[in-house]
Amino acid sequence: MSRPARQALLAVTVALLAAWVLLPLVLIALASFTPRSQLYAWPRPLLPQPWSAETMRFFFQAQGVLPSTLNSLLVAALTIALSVAIGAPAGYALSRFRFPGREAFRLGILATKMFPATILAVPLAVAFIRWGLYDTLWGVAFVHTALALPFTIIITMSVFLGVPLELEEAAMTLGCSRLQAFRRVALPIALPGLAAAAIFTFVLSWNEVFAATILTLRNRTLPALVMNAVGAAGAPLDYRFAAGFFMIVPALIIILLIRRYLLTLWGVTVR
Amino acid sequence: MATIKLQRVRKQFGRVVAVDDVSLEIGDGEFMVLLGPSGCGKTTVLRCLAGLERVDAGRVYIGGRDVTDWPPARREIAMVFQSYAVFPHMTVFDNIAFGLRMRRLPAAQVRQRVEEGAALLQIDHLLGRYPAQLSGGQRQRVAVARAIVMRPQVLLMDEPLSNLDALLRLQMRAELKRLHGEVRSTTVYVTHDQVEALSLGERIAVMKDGRIVQCDTPARVYDTPVNQFVGGFIGNPPMNFLEAVLRREESRQVVEVAGVRIPADGRVPADASGAVLLGIRPEHIAVALQPVQDGIPARVLVLEPVGPQQLLTVEVGGAVLKVTTAVEFHAAGGSRVWLRFDPARIRLMDARTGQALPSG
Repeated sequence: MSRPARQALLAVTVALLAAWVLLPLVLIALASFTPRSQLYAWPRPLLPQPWSAETMRFFFQAQGVLPSTLNSLLVAALTIALSVAIGAPAGYALSRFRFPGREAFRLGILATKMFPATILAVPLAVAFIRWGLYDTLWGVAFVHTALALPFTIIITMSVFLGVPLELEEAAMTLGCSRLQAFRRVALPIALPGLAAAAIFTFVLSWNEVFAATILTLRNRTLPALVMNAVGAAGAPLDYRFAAGFFMIVPALIIILLIRRYLLTLWGVTVR
Repeated sequence: MATIKLQRVRKQFGRVVAVDDVSLEIGDGEFMVLLGPSGCGKTTVLRCLAGLERVDAGRVYIGGRDVTDWPPARREIAMVFQSYAVFPHMTVFDNIAFGLRMRRLPAAQVRQRVEEGAALLQIDHLLGRYPAQLSGGQRQRVAVARAIVMRPQVLLMDEPLSNLDALLRLQMRAELKRLHGEVRSTTVYVTHDQVEALSLGERIAVMKDGRIVQCDTPARVYDTPVNQFVGGFIGNPPMNFLEAVLRREESRQVVEVAGVRIPADGRVPADASGAVLLGIRPEHIAVALQPVQDGIPARVLVLEPVGPQQLLTVEVGGAVLKVTTAVEFHAAGGSRVWLRFDPARIRLMDARTGQALPSG
């Protein structure tokens, strides 16, 4: 195949893949700013005429949406705190020390990602009921932490790999203990990367629906609430579009902000 | 300032013995260079001194105190790293002040010492900058200033010049020597560059495979290497080695090389004889274009002008020799020349072990 032909093929493939991902997002966004009456009309204009916040307003006024949003934010905050507190030290250890079982540990982290959460659902619910964690925000945060940890550990590992050990050693020769060297040198340098890990965790928790649905009843997080509204109560179209849009936006913005760190996830930098 | 003593220090990484039973004493204010090829353990010795590595056996003394189990922070050392290890998230001022602040010096004193140190290294105009805004040479100066303002008992430097370009390295080398003259900290300097070692060291410890092979003044290490390794490592180009035979002739001892006899009286034990290695430095060989008495015939391979002199490569009975000659010297490739070795400058070594023969 000639060079221009190959490039054209590449461009078409990329365009198709991008459309595959982007088209639904665009359609959802457009629909959530279309007036309710038009959503049910046929044929429906592609662009809202006129643009209207009516659909979004309807969604926010629906029962449970605001408390659930608050729940989601609280769960996300707890998840971030827990997963950074547990994951960052693990990532640091993986980046700095060669210890027996290091490779097995690394593989083990990834292996947990392959375990289907569905199988855990019933035992987890039973255990949480027994421990009094069922239908609490803490319970959801614990599960989200478990889901986020592999990513947190891998991301923080790559972040700390980017901080040369010699910097910490230099600090130690200048009067720091190991801990002081970490706090005064490694931590400030790693902070942007750790923030990226935290933000990633936020997205994960914000969008997680499965565990949130089975582990809560009244204290629903937003995805669990919407899932229930759509599945069990048969929410109208405008509610679905608005909810979808509202949940996508934070994730999109955040991924845009941290894409550099995601690309260095495996220690390989793509620029 | 302080003396340093390493007593039978040993350090292993897995099954690799990085430092093998090294003992070394360094005097107060001395400039000691650890020289050796990569992987010889010189950096590990330095890191054991700094406290960045725990020794597996042996003791480390600084200023007469046993610091073997002390963390780096307690040892009153300062270290300059090969990568400089300048903190990227701090200004030059904060970098240099880092150690002083760790010692909780009052701010006014910190400022004064930082400014002094910066002036000494001519970076006082850069104090407000971040490392990313500096050149490699400037970062290097920050790293040295950061170490020197600590007024350490011992200053440790790990290949500090190896990341600089050639011209800058030459300039910085002279400056480090001047600095040592001013601050007189006991200094241990690691390098694989023998020119650096010869120019900076008051003494040089040549290392190989985790052991110190020879520890002496630069002149003695250069002139009287203890073995073939040291002779072949130091010098640019290094010492030449030729197979030779040592024998008694009448009442004299001579060494015969390529059919020519060179007197060796008093340079080897009286009873020594047999196969030896003859070591001779390129600048101690005279070249003649005509046959001369006791001249060793050789064939010219190549002649390279290297500025103030020329480097002549010749072949003698299958062995290749490097000879330095004056710039006026001319010889075509393939032509014949005759070599004369300065008898006072030859170094004889055991052909089997490569160890220099003791003088008689």
